Amino acid sequence: MSHAIVAERLVKHFGQTKALDGVDLTLESGTVLGVLGPNGAGKTTAVRILATLLRPDGGSARVGGLDVIKDAHKVRALVGLTGQYASVDEALTGSENLRLIGRLLGMSRADSRARAAELLASFHLEDAADRAAKTYSGGMRRRLDLAASLIGRPKVLFLDEPTTGLDPRARNEVWEIVRELVSDGTSVLLTTQYLDEADQLADRISVIDHGKVIAHGTPDELKRQTGSQALAVRPVQESDVDKVLAVISEVAAGPELSNGTVTARVTDPAVLPAVVRRLDDAGVAIAELALRTSTLDEVFLALTGHRAEEEAKA
Amino acid sequence: MTTLTVPRQSPGAGLRQTFSLAWRGLVQIRHNPMELGDLSFQPIMFVLLFTYLFGGAISGDPVAYLQFMLPGIIVQSGLMATMNSGMGLSVDLSKGFFDRLQALPIARWAPLAGRILSDSVKQGWSMFILMATGYAIGFRATEGVVGVLGAFGLMLLFTFLVSWFAVFVGSIADEPEKVMMYGFTVIFPLSFLSNAFVRTDTLPGWLQAFVKVNPVTHMSDALRGMLTGGPVLTNTLWGLLGALAIALIFAPLALAKIKRR
Repeated sequence: MSHAIVAERLVKHFGQTKALDGVDLTLESGTVLGVLGPNGAGKTTAVRILATLLRPDGGSARVGGLDVIKDAHKVRALVGLTGQYASVDEALTGSENLRLIGRLLGMSRADSRARAAELLASFHLEDAADRAAKTYSGGMRRRLDLAASLIGRPKVLFLDEPTTGLDPRARNEVWEIVRELVSDGTSVLLTTQYLDEADQLADRISVIDHGKVIAHGTPDELKRQTGSQALAVRPVQESDVDKVLAVISEVAAGPELSNGTVTARVTDPAVLPAVVRRLDDAGVAIAELALRTSTLDEVFLALTGHRAEEEAKA
Repeated sequence: MTTLTVPRQSPGAGLRQTFSLAWRGLVQIRHNPMELGDLSFQPIMFVLLFTYLFGGAISGDPVAYLQFMLPGIIVQSGLMATMNSGMGLSVDLSKGFFDRLQALPIARWAPLAGRILSDSVKQGWSMFILMATGYAIGFRATEGVVGVLGAFGLMLLFTFLVSWFAVFVGSIADEPEKVMMYGFTVIFPLSFLSNAFVRTDTLPGWLQAFVKVNPVTHMSDALRGMLTGGPVLTNTLWGLLGALAIALIFAPLALAKIKRR
């Protein structure tokens, strides 16, 4: 199979809310698709449909070449699901959780015990194997969640916001695990609110907003499309902002002014020396000059014209 | 409905999965011994309280009252315990464990069946504790082993049917704590407005009318018949019919609600 997932024009309503409004997603086998979007954009709904937990109102989807509605049962044998809405039983120990799933997948008692031990070891959970999952830290919980979805060696793995709420170290551990899985040939669909997470892990990114895919491409393509970096300049004298605006509009489109700081998206880091030279020529004293990576918020602003946060409230 | 065109799990596989999930419900007790305490101390406490607090006032003699009341308290306690099924389901739904199970290639009915099976084992345990406590302070079953086993069997069937109400409450409650609140609001009056604890003829006429149609009354009388003598068949039928009606109303509602999530 060359495509692990092909979803076409997926539609899902919840009452008056249109959670998905014609979403197309494609995941090529052995790669990672990042589905990027703010809270409430429809990411989880899409994952739930692809993992056979939810029936779409319209459109179709195939996972591993199998229809998620007609062949739901076969799809379930191919996929693993981890994330916000698929977790472990907190009253059971780590080992019991994994053994239970092994048994449910039809493994013998001995096989499920061996597979559980193997996964606990590779996710550095041996020491906590016989402790109730509710005593685990956030990072340990997430690793156990991941282990639970890997018992049956799924071909396609859904990771629904796998690092939301984790500290940077725990996040890095999850990223390492995902990279290893992909190098072993697993196809991964990952939803995230974090641009850097998609950037780190995904071969391709689909940006979702309002239940629609509003951009799709490799991380580099998206960055070129949206402006990968934000240039921020604050003059010492607030009266100089007009000069700063004039200089920056020569190298970047649509500079914005707020709180005495001029910001603009730039795609080429080489503009920085040019900006410095021209500001110097214009005799503007600079209090702050920074070039930083676009946040998801800025990508959204560039793609949709509105900020991600406003969407979250909607 | 999604499973209609899918090759279903063989019934044997579904049954194996049900046992695995029932094991999960029971192994939790090992990590949370308090749960076993709830299943044991509460029945003991209720039997002692009712016998010695109300026995003298109601029947003139605690043991005479115990002989009348124990079958009733078994029914009430069984009804209360059904709410645990709803509570457990609600926890699974809100924490996402239910989704984890639904995403596995297992029989669609196995998660609920597994829960009901493990809860039935817990029901059996509670009932055993109630009987043992009653026996320790003077209760005597007069209808032999067959009567006692019949009472156990009837109660397991009754609570299985009624637990669909709890499952429904579990499926609609937005947080697990609310399951108990909603459930008790219904089960408390239902179990007290019966002849589980007092004779029907001591009640005002308008109340008697309700008490006489309450399935809890019929179940209490059926258990009395099996444990201490009296008519069994009609009461058993009416009790089970009431429970069946509850199951027929709430099972489809609960399953539809769970599927639509």
